[in-house]
Amino acid sequence: MDALDLARWQFGVTTVYHFLFVPLTIGLGIFVAGLQTAWHRTGKEHYLRLTKFFGKLFLINFAMGVVTGIVQEFQFGMNWSEYSTFVGDVFGAPLAMEALLAFFMESTFLGLWIFGWERLPKKVHLACIWAAAIGSNLSAYFILAANAWMKHPVGYEVVDGRARMTDLWAVLTNPTATAQVPHVIAAAFIVAGGFVLAVSGYWLLKTKAPMWRSAARAALVMTALAGAVVAGTGDTSARLLYEQQPMKLASAEGLEHDTAGAPFSIAPGIEIPNLLSFLSTHDFTATVQGTEDLQARFERQFGPGDYRPNQPVVFWSFRVMIVFGLTTVALSVLGLWLTRRRRDLPDWLARTMVLALPLPFLAMIAGWLLSEIGRQPWTVAGELLTASSVSPGVSLAEVATSLTIFTLLYGALAVAEAVLLTRHVRKGPEQTEPVPATERLQPSLMY
Amino acid sequence: MINLWFVIIAFLWTGYFVLEGFDFGVGLLAPFVSRGPEQHRQSLETIGPVWDGNEVWLITAVGAMFAAFPAWYAGMFSAFYLPVVLILVGLIVRGVGLEWRGKVTNPVWCDLGIVAGSALPAFLWGAVFADLLFDSALAALVGGLFTLATCVLHGAVFLSLKTDGPVRRRARATALAASAVVLPLAVAALSALGSIPALISMAALAAAAALTFRRREGWAFAATAGAIALASVAVFAELRWAPLPGLTLTDAASGPYTLTMLSWIGLITLPFVLVYQGWTYWVFRKRVVLTH
Repeated sequence: MDALDLARWQFGVTTVYHFLFVPLTIGLGIFVAGLQTAWHRTGKEHYLRLTKFFGKLFLINFAMGVVTGIVQEFQFGMNWSEYSTFVGDVFGAPLAMEALLAFFMESTFLGLWIFGWERLPKKVHLACIWAAAIGSNLSAYFILAANAWMKHPVGYEVVDGRARMTDLWAVLTNPTATAQVPHVIAAAFIVAGGFVLAVSGYWLLKTKAPMWRSAARAALVMTALAGAVVAGTGDTSARLLYEQQPMKLASAEGLEHDTAGAPFSIAPGIEIPNLLSFLSTHDFTATVQGTEDLQARFERQFGPGDYRPNQPVVFWSFRVMIVFGLTTVALSVLGLWLTRRRRDLPDWLARTMVLALPLPFLAMIAGWLLSEIGRQPWTVAGELLTASSVSPGVSLAEVATSLTIFTLLYGALAVAEAVLLTRHVRKGPEQTEPVPATERLQPSLMY
Repeated sequence: MINLWFVIIAFLWTGYFVLEGFDFGVGLLAPFVSRGPEQHRQSLETIGPVWDGNEVWLITAVGAMFAAFPAWYAGMFSAFYLPVVLILVGLIVRGVGLEWRGKVTNPVWCDLGIVAGSALPAFLWGAVFADLLFDSALAALVGGLFTLATCVLHGAVFLSLKTDGPVRRRARATALAASAVVLPLAVAALSALGSIPALISMAALAAAAALTFRRREGWAFAATAGAIALASVAVFAELRWAPLPGLTLTDAASGPYTLTMLSWIGLITLPFVLVYQGWTYWVFRKRVVLTH
């Protein structure tokens, strides 16, 4: 165990943890904005109650996304100074743009939304939640563009041992990014959809109030539509992997040798003939490269070393992502069918949706493990190895200290967040008067 | 272009210290200038709508360092490893405390997080920059105490400007008491820098004390804000020759293409940010008062 291993663990722990909250922020923000818009347009009170109820859950979660995100921005410099120095010229630009274009908008307008219920005109107040929600989604675009560059670097040249950007537009329109952005954002909407369905399902089992049916219907539509986007962009990603990241594709499929008409492996030993070739190229007979043959070619190109990522992790995370993601989407399609033409959501399905809450989160995490562990041993594909990226001056003891502190703190906060969310879900929406009034029920504050 | 980006980064850090400076001060003081939950809520509500936006100044400053001076960014945060870990811990518990406070039954843990999470970064940022300039533990201690005390003063003046009733009275008394601590520390910390902005900053802190005494709260706040801005300018003026020991700006900088692109993006977006953040302060410009 050396500083490199611990730095990798720290990055893994803090990033996976961060990305438990972020997808919910991305999807739920738009969902709450949609509810408030529905209230604005129809004037129906139950939309206002839902807005405030899900708005509160959104804010509890939002706090965690923000504070764990700050760690990420410093972590590159702290643990990965060689990486940061090498890539900053290219990789830093989308990060700076993310702060300027997305984070300022998100946090400023969210502050206005939280405290502006009675101070802003209704339309302006509605615009604030949209601006905040759009800011969250924009931030996802910039950080994913930066991430895509690590896997498929474009628009740069290496001068004096550092990457130099030559084309910002190429970085921002990297095909890896344009496939990944809709894939991840749509997956975030599935996470948020799964969350709203679990909450609505819980309440539908207790009461048949129509407001919960309408919340569930909206979430079903959102999840099903997002499912279509995820499937479509997943297909694009498979073809891009074939061209750009063959080692990841081969590892995800456990394909050891270059194979014409490669089969798709469902689980070890169960295969569908020719399907992998078709998914990778839309040609049933195309040759797909295998891990062992790629390893030999990489050794010739880059010198001795092991260029294969952790095979079981990549193989199984791919399957967890697909199965858990598809299950969530399938449940939502089924739910849409069963609730057609004013039918009620059956109790068994409501119960299933509560139980299925972890599935989209697990699918999301598995997708990231596939994507980032599948990128190993590189931080920047073909340019910089993870082992050469770590901070040379940072000691094992320092990384161990920060890893321990963050893990303990994050663990405690996860418990607190779970308790807090559960308590507010159980409490349910507050009664509102026609005029928004939670401020009036709680604090006796005025300006 | 390199100098321009150094100035932009100095501007972003300065904006962060001025804006989050009073957030830290209010977070630290809220339990001590308030009696009972309603006054406590009143105190924290002065920063409620704005603190998160203020913190983005830090995110932007650090992001801009990463993009424009990668070697500075990488060198600084890996060198000050443990202080940065503690700053991050502070920002985490403070952010969660502020967001969750109104949603829990007993906010005592949140309040603890807000106080500790305000005190840690307020002290440590000063210590980090002082150590960077003077490379001594004593300088780090004095620098940290100076920024901590200045944040308390800045926050107390802000509270007296943004509240009414008993909280306003106590905030004013706190500001006067804090001045007595800040001024000797300012002499120690800023005279070591010795530059003109550092000297004006000292004068502004003295003026803030006098203005608070004469109940000119708005002017006192302008004076503390100006003092923090000038102290930050004095620090970055020193750093311009070597942002880290043995590193020049030219060596640390990104290529001219990246800096040009970033300049255009900053030029187009920053005015919008300033306008809508300014608008937030306008929307919440009135004093927070209790109604009974």
